[in-house]
Amino acid sequence: MNDRRRQTTRDLRRSVVGGQEESNMTDNRDVWVFVEQEDGRIADISVELLGKAQELARQLNSRVCGLLCGYQLGDLAEQAIRQGADWVFVADHAELEDYRTLPYARIASDLVRGRQPYIFLLGASPIGRDLAPRIASAVRCGLTADCTDLQIGDYESKKEKKVYKDLLYQIRPAFGGNIIATIVNPHTRPQMATVREGVMRRQEPDPARTGGIENVVLHFEERDLALKVLSREMRESKVNLKGALVVVAGGAGVGSRENFQLVEDLAHLLGGEVGASRAAVDAGWVSREHQVGQTGTTVRPRLYIAAGISGAVQHRAGMQESSKIIAINTDPNAPIFQVAHYKIVGDVEKVLPMLIKALHDKAK
Amino acid sequence: MASSRTYNMVVLVKQVPDTRNITGEVMKEDGTVNRSALPAVFNPEDLNALEMALQIKDQYGGTVTVVTMGPPAAAQVLRESLYRGADKVLLLTDRRFAGADTLATSYTLKCAIEKLGNYDLVFCGRQAIDGDTAQVGPQISEKLGIPQITYAESITSLEGDEIVVERAFPMGREWVKCTLPCLLTVVGSANRPRPPSARKCIEYKLAATPLEYRTLLGKWPQFESEEKLDAYLGKRNLKIPVWTADDLGADPEKLGLGGSPTQVYKVNFVVLETTESKEIPASQEGIAALIQELVKEYIVG
Repeated sequence: MNDRRRQTTRDLRRSVVGGQEESNMTDNRDVWVFVEQEDGRIADISVELLGKAQELARQLNSRVCGLLCGYQLGDLAEQAIRQGADWVFVADHAELEDYRTLPYARIASDLVRGRQPYIFLLGASPIGRDLAPRIASAVRCGLTADCTDLQIGDYESKKEKKVYKDLLYQIRPAFGGNIIATIVNPHTRPQMATVREGVMRRQEPDPARTGGIENVVLHFEERDLALKVLSREMRESKVNLKGALVVVAGGAGVGSRENFQLVEDLAHLLGGEVGASRAAVDAGWVSREHQVGQTGTTVRPRLYIAAGISGAVQHRAGMQESSKIIAINTDPNAPIFQVAHYKIVGDVEKVLPMLIKALHDKAK
Repeated sequence: MASSRTYNMVVLVKQVPDTRNITGEVMKEDGTVNRSALPAVFNPEDLNALEMALQIKDQYGGTVTVVTMGPPAAAQVLRESLYRGADKVLLLTDRRFAGADTLATSYTLKCAIEKLGNYDLVFCGRQAIDGDTAQVGPQISEKLGIPQITYAESITSLEGDEIVVERAFPMGREWVKCTLPCLLTVVGSANRPRPPSARKCIEYKLAATPLEYRTLLGKWPQFESEEKLDAYLGKRNLKIPVWTADDLGADPEKLGLGGSPTQVYKVNFVVLETTESKEIPASQEGIAALIQELVKEYIVG
C-alpha cells in the first residue's frame, strides 16, 4: 500500500509507453501535477501545486507525480523532485519545445488513461486553462476551474445513499465571487482541477529529497502537430500591485477611458499603482494586469482608493485588508462602503479632481 | 494566392446573470446577493466572438449561425445576435439539459454543431461571467476532434483553409497558424462589438421560438392563434428553431445533471465584515480635510 518509491534521482530512468501499463484503479491514489516551466526553472504556480500535492498525498498515503513536457529539459525533473515530486514523467521532444494544445494533451491523456491517477492538478494559467479541459474532455472526467483551496474529505451522496471516502474538495469562488462552492467528482478519475496562482503556499526546495524519473515514449499523430507557433512575445510585467503602498483603483463608475486618466493621475501623484475592477478591465479602459479581486491580484496597501467601484464581493475580497480604504461612489448603498473607512458619496469625475487639487495644495 | 472562398461559421453564446455590477439594491440584509434580482445579459466575451465572426463574413462572405443552450428565455440573446447580423440562430432547450456542468454542456453543443454540419470555424467567448471556467470551448473542440485556439485576440490572416491567429495573455502574445476547421475562444480586448442595427431590430422584432408564441400573442392579439402566428413567422423567416435532446440524437446519459461528473457539495455565501466608516462631504473643503487627516496619520506622505 505504501507506494512511496525513494530511488535516487538518476538510477531509475525507464521507458514506458503511456497507456500500456494498466494499474489497479482502486489502489492508485497518486496526486499528479502538470509542471509548467519558464526560462529553465519551474513556474511559480507549479511550485505551489507541488507543495499542495505533497500535503494531499500525505493524507492519502500516496505519492506526488509530476508531468513535465518540453524540449531539452535539463535538470527540471530533479527540480520538481526537490519541490515535492516523488516521481516525474518526462516528455522531452523537439515537437514539445513550444506549448501547443494537441501534442501536450495527447501525452497527458494517454498517460492518464494508462495510469489512472486519483487527482490531477494544473495551474489556472493560460496553459493550464487551455490544456486541462482538453484532457478532461478526452478522458471524460470532472474538472473544476480556478480553485482557491483543495482539501481531502468525505462526501455523502444522499441520492445514492452512499459515502465516498477521501474525495478531493475543489473549492472555488463562483457567481462573480459572491459564493464559494465546494465541488466533488465522486465517480470519475482523475479528480481534475486547475488552481489559481498565488493562493497555495510556496515551499522551499529540499535538496535532500529523492524520487524517480521516467521517460515517456511519445507517439504523435500528424494532426496533433498541425498547429504551428509562428512567433511569441513575452514581457515582464511592469505593474506591481502586490508590492504597492498606495493603490488607486477605478471601476465602472469612472465612466470612460478619458476619465480613467484621473485615476492614473491620482495614483501617480500618490506614488502608487493603478488598480481596477473587472468592469473597468472589461470596458477596455485599463489592461487586465491591473485587476484587483478574486480573479485578479489580492492587495494589502496602506491606502486603497476605490473610485466608482460598486464593490462586488469578487472585488472586495481582493482589497478589504488594506489599512485605509477611501471609497467614492454615487450610490450611497454601494457595497464598497461596507468595507470603506472613508465614504464619499459623489461623482468620480468631480471628486477625483478635488483629491488631486487637495494634494497639490498640500505640497505648496 | 488570393482566396475566393467563403466561410461557414458557428458562434456559441450564453445568456448569463450580470455578476459584474452588483449594486446595493441586489444585496440582501444578510450581505448576500439576491441572484434573481440580477438582469440576464449576453455574456460579454460572446459578443466579441460574434463580432469576430461577423467581420470575417463582412470581408469574405459566408454564414454566421448563432447557437445557445439554455432556458426558453435565452432566445433573447439569439434575437440580439440577429439584430447584429447573424444569418441563422438556434436554441437548444430541454429539461434534460438542465444542471449540466461543462462536460455535459460541451457534449450537448458538440451534438448540435455536428448536426448543423459543414462548418469551417467555431467561435466562443473566452469564458462566461457566471462561472468563469473557460472550459466549454476546449471541451467542444476535443469532442469535435479539431484544433482549438484559446485567447484569440485577432485574425492576422485567413487564406483558403489556413488561418493565422494572434493570441493575447496577461504576460504576452503569440501567433499561431492552423488549418480549418478549428475553434477559437475570443478575449474581450479583441474588438468592439457592433451595436444592434436599427434596420435589423425592426426586421427581427417578431423573431421568436414557438415556446414564446403565447407571450407574443398577448402582445400582438391581431394574430389570433398560435397557428396563424406560426404561419406568419415561418413565411418571413422569423421562426427561431428549437432543438431538444431528441432532435440532437444525443445519448441521454451524457446530458444535464446526470451526465455531469462534477457535483456541488456545498455552497457558502461570502459575507464580508462591515467597517465603521466616516462620511466625507464631496466638497473641496471636505476633501482637503481628509487629505490633512491622512497626512497626520502618515498614510499620505
